[in-house]
Amino acid sequence: MATGTTVERDTLRRERIFGAIQRRGALAVLVAIVVVAGLTLDLFLTPRNIEDVLLHASFVGLISVGMTFVIITGGIDLSVGSLVALGGVLAGLSVGISWPLGLLFPTLACGLYGFLNGLLIAKAKLPAFIVTLAGLLGIRGLALVLSGTLTIPIPGPPAFVWFGRGEIFGLDVPIVVMFGAFAVGALVLNRSRYGEAVFAVGGSEEAARLAGVRVDRVKIIAYTTSGALAGLAGALVAAWLSAGQPTVGQAWELYAIASVVLGGTLLTGGAGTMLGSLVGVLLFYTIQNVINQVGTLTSYTQQLVTGIFLIVVVAAQTYLTRQRTY
Amino acid sequence: MARPTTADAGPGGYAILVRLRNNGVYVALALLVLFNLFFTTNFATAGTILGLLSQATFVLLVALGLTLVIGTGGIDLSVGAIMAIASAVVPLYLGYSWPVAVIVALIFCVLAGMLNGFLVAYVGMQPIVATLALFVGGRGFAQVLVNGQLQTISDPGFLALWRATVFGVPMPVVVAAVAALLVGLLARQTTFGRYVLAVGGNRTASYLSGHPVRVVLLAVYAISGLLAGLAGILATARLAAGDPATIGLLIELDAIAAVVIGGTPLSGGRMNVGGTVAGAILMLVISATFVMNNINPIYAQILKAAIIVLAVYIQQGRRGS
Repeated sequence: MATGTTVERDTLRRERIFGAIQRRGALAVLVAIVVVAGLTLDLFLTPRNIEDVLLHASFVGLISVGMTFVIITGGIDLSVGSLVALGGVLAGLSVGISWPLGLLFPTLACGLYGFLNGLLIAKAKLPAFIVTLAGLLGIRGLALVLSGTLTIPIPGPPAFVWFGRGEIFGLDVPIVVMFGAFAVGALVLNRSRYGEAVFAVGGSEEAARLAGVRVDRVKIIAYTTSGALAGLAGALVAAWLSAGQPTVGQAWELYAIASVVLGGTLLTGGAGTMLGSLVGVLLFYTIQNVINQVGTLTSYTQQLVTGIFLIVVVAAQTYLTRQRTY
Repeated sequence: MARPTTADAGPGGYAILVRLRNNGVYVALALLVLFNLFFTTNFATAGTILGLLSQATFVLLVALGLTLVIGTGGIDLSVGAIMAIASAVVPLYLGYSWPVAVIVALIFCVLAGMLNGFLVAYVGMQPIVATLALFVGGRGFAQVLVNGQLQTISDPGFLALWRATVFGVPMPVVVAAVAALLVGLLARQTTFGRYVLAVGGNRTASYLSGHPVRVVLLAVYAISGLLAGLAGILATARLAAGDPATIGLLIELDAIAAVVIGGTPLSGGRMNVGGTVAGAILMLVISATFVMNNINPIYAQILKAAIIVLAVYIQQGRRGS
């Protein structure tokens, strides 16, 4: 790529510009919405409301970190929504023994399940969509069985509940955890050998293998991370609700996927950014918040507008970055 | 188009193994039905079996459409939402007579499917994202139509769609059987079916061979919408109410599972309509087996998950690495 004809350079420049729009399209839309909403809605830019948006975004945000890794390897993880429920139930069951266990046990157990996903996908070569779809069904079932389909109350201890409702420097703890996860995720993705391997595997598995990347291990780590973060998110939700509910997290995997895609990560793998996913999640929940604030809209109108919005943004991104398809 | 060849089969007993692998869903269904015949009381009655088949029609109709979509290498997550749209539209037009209501509902659903097809074929979106938008928005749209209310239905003509029988066979079973036959013919006997496989095998190559790729994709998603609409109408008739909040909720997961268990790979380029039919019935019989033996049906969900993975693993054979 060092030297090239004028045509090639023009193509490259076009790709660079479109690529930039694709990567930052979500950010531009987010800024536009925040500005417009801030000017027109009285309560939108109040600290309480901003914190509200961030808190609601934090749980799906945490999942999106793992999802970004998985999607960049060219895979998908549909099991995370159910793992959130399982994580919450496990937290409810174990927090009585000692409160750190309420965080550790869900994270480790769900991470172990993610590891199993990774094994089936990388070693047994099963399609990720199916393996994790089975997880979506089965893990929800497991959460319901373990909880006896009931909500498990978590009255305390305060140390555990702090992780859902406490504050660090005035910010709710789940928000801080989400930003922390995104920061670590971005570092790993952009600054580590593992991050480079993730892109390589997503770009071309065969090429990565031939270049000496341990493809299987890269994938397994991605799915394990995704599962563990979903379990942690489940524990945090449980701390926030003061209850382990086997029914939470339904369709969260889809919201996480939508957020990651909004952020410019391609489902085909090999390209994407952690910052984009963060912007995607914030965008997703800001929209919902704005629709909420407009007031007269019901929850189902909210869904409708969210759907239309998804189509518009993704269509615009697809259109801008389209390669020739038939 | 990867299809099993005799070379795959190899010599001797291995051929039987391959045959078993390719028809595993029928074997599993047969074994489970046999088990029930012996161990589940009241299973072997016409009432139970027809009742089960009626229950299976929703997943079956949706899965038939999905078989075509997955044959093109796509996916349709919006089928449950489209069922909800059908369920919302029917009560709105029942005042004009029930056939009008059914036709209008089906038109809505075909249009919804065409929206998916348009996004996939002409805009170039990835199917999972394109249909995810309708998954989120479609149910919202349906509820906006009826203002979030449940609409009870008493029109006897419409309710007969679920309750009537033809020579003793419940109407939904007849509808599903006809739909399965038509989709099977479409897949195997028509040029359109060939196009679907060609697009699923290699979209670019298919285009370069002069196939109407975009029209095929548009049509496939429209058919998926139509069949989902049909399922939604039947579900509405069964409930005697338009209830877009719950009708078709999460049915896409069971339907995708049925298609995959039936031997249609998600990678596209291959379809097995008969397998889909067996897969849909199998999903239901698993649940029914647990319910009828007084075991918590949640365990059925876990078993289903294991069966899905196992089925894909067996179909996968030893192709990997």
